[in-house]
Amino acid sequence: MSDTADRVKKIVVEHLGVEADKVTEDASFIDDLGADSLDIVELVMAFEEEFGVEIPDDAAEKISTVSDAIKYIDENKG
Amino acid sequence: MRRVVVTGLGLVTPLGADVETTWKNILASKSGAGPITKFDASDQKCKIACEVKPADHEYGFDANKRVDPKIQRQVDPFIVFGIDAAGQALEDAGLTDLDEATKLRAGCSIGSGIGGLPGIESESLVLANRGPGRVSPHFVHGRLINLISGQVSIKYGLKGPNHAVVTACSTGAHSIGDAARMIRDDDADIMLAGGAESTICPIGIAGFAQARALNCSFNDRPEQASRPYDKDRDGFVMGEGAGVLVLEEYEHAKARGAKIYAEVVGYGLSGDAYHVTAPDPEMDGAYRSMAAALKKAGMTPADIDYINAHGTSTMADTIELGAVRRLFGDAMDSVSMSSTKSAIGHLLGGAGAVESIFCILAMRDQIVPPTLNLDSPSEGCEGVDLVAHTARKREVRAVLNNSFGFGGTNASLIMKKID
Repeated sequence: MSDTADRVKKIVVEHLGVEADKVTEDASFIDDLGADSLDIVELVMAFEEEFGVEIPDDAAEKISTVSDAIKYIDENKG
Repeated sequence: MRRVVVTGLGLVTPLGADVETTWKNILASKSGAGPITKFDASDQKCKIACEVKPADHEYGFDANKRVDPKIQRQVDPFIVFGIDAAGQALEDAGLTDLDEATKLRAGCSIGSGIGGLPGIESESLVLANRGPGRVSPHFVHGRLINLISGQVSIKYGLKGPNHAVVTACSTGAHSIGDAARMIRDDDADIMLAGGAESTICPIGIAGFAQARALNCSFNDRPEQASRPYDKDRDGFVMGEGAGVLVLEEYEHAKARGAKIYAEVVGYGLSGDAYHVTAPDPEMDGAYRSMAAALKKAGMTPADIDYINAHGTSTMADTIELGAVRRLFGDAMDSVSMSSTKSAIGHLLGGAGAVESIFCILAMRDQIVPPTLNLDSPSEGCEGVDLVAHTARKREVRAVLNNSFGFGGTNASLIMKKID
């Protein structure tokens, strides 16, 4: 597992209060991890903070699974 | 007419995270005051408060007991205290597992005086230092005053009236009175009613200190700082916490065999129309609020055995006492009046609810709680039983609770034992 994936999953576990083993790469934030739209805003902010990336609203809207987040961060971090 | 009774109680206070622990400590004349630990108060004029104690303290509060950690992270502490106290009250009333029809007739009226001040303060700093894009998406609904009622209704599925009073330090009493009217007017059969506050943060302490409302001269003796009616009183000590009651229509409570603590029989409201922070020197507003409650209850002053005074440990204490004396006349000889703010500080929007619960427990146990630190009563206190220092057993059939708030808002509640 990549370093990005580890850090993303840690943030998801902390922010959504879910068990670590539920946070698979295929997991959907809303359908599988019980997040609502505001939780996703908060997650995106936490990813921006952790990785020093900027995730604009149109890109954030396309992030619906854990792997979407990891992929976006890997492609855009400095 | 539909009658309203109390069937459940919940408390989070500086002297305990539940009703019985708090009450035991109140009766034992303990003080919840101490140096401020929530932030570095070394540059503040006031360095003391009555804080709710952390989970590892002998009578500390464990938020994880009833509040989802995710919610705890999103909301201000006053909401966490409120959700917990509401849960306690529902558990006490045996109303945690409701059918759909009951849920439709059950509501919430849990308010706060100020709301999420600590979060407003900290997110304002985020905004100033790091820009709007870093402000939490939960900022607004994590600070709003009606979000105890909102969160509690979602947690327990309560679909009746969803209301939140904001009347500064009379919030808790108004919340109970308004909710009782909603039951009487057939809007609901069950109402969770009360108030919560948590504003022990730099801007909260500084703001009240600048308004000359806080005690700033007992920083080295915090337990002696809240001293209602005493000659050396010099401002209130800020408290925090929550009080929530389950109010229920009498026949509804009786039909399900509920434990009935008391009946809410009188509720009076008034405005001073005088000054934003100072009381009318005649306390005419307080007088009219108490008189209205008595009239609603169909009682005379002689029927009241105990008054839980607003008594914040400010100059206003003796003015309130004067209004009580004017209303009670000869009945002053037989009534006991104390201020439990001497023990737990001033819970602002939570005060009226917490103190109403103390009134109910005074009737349950036939004992009146003390006014701590009343070493030298001020002029004007002569001939009044202010229950100095220690609790006292006595007959308590009916009680009056006074709460007054900034803006010149007054609320009085009368409750009585039910036969």
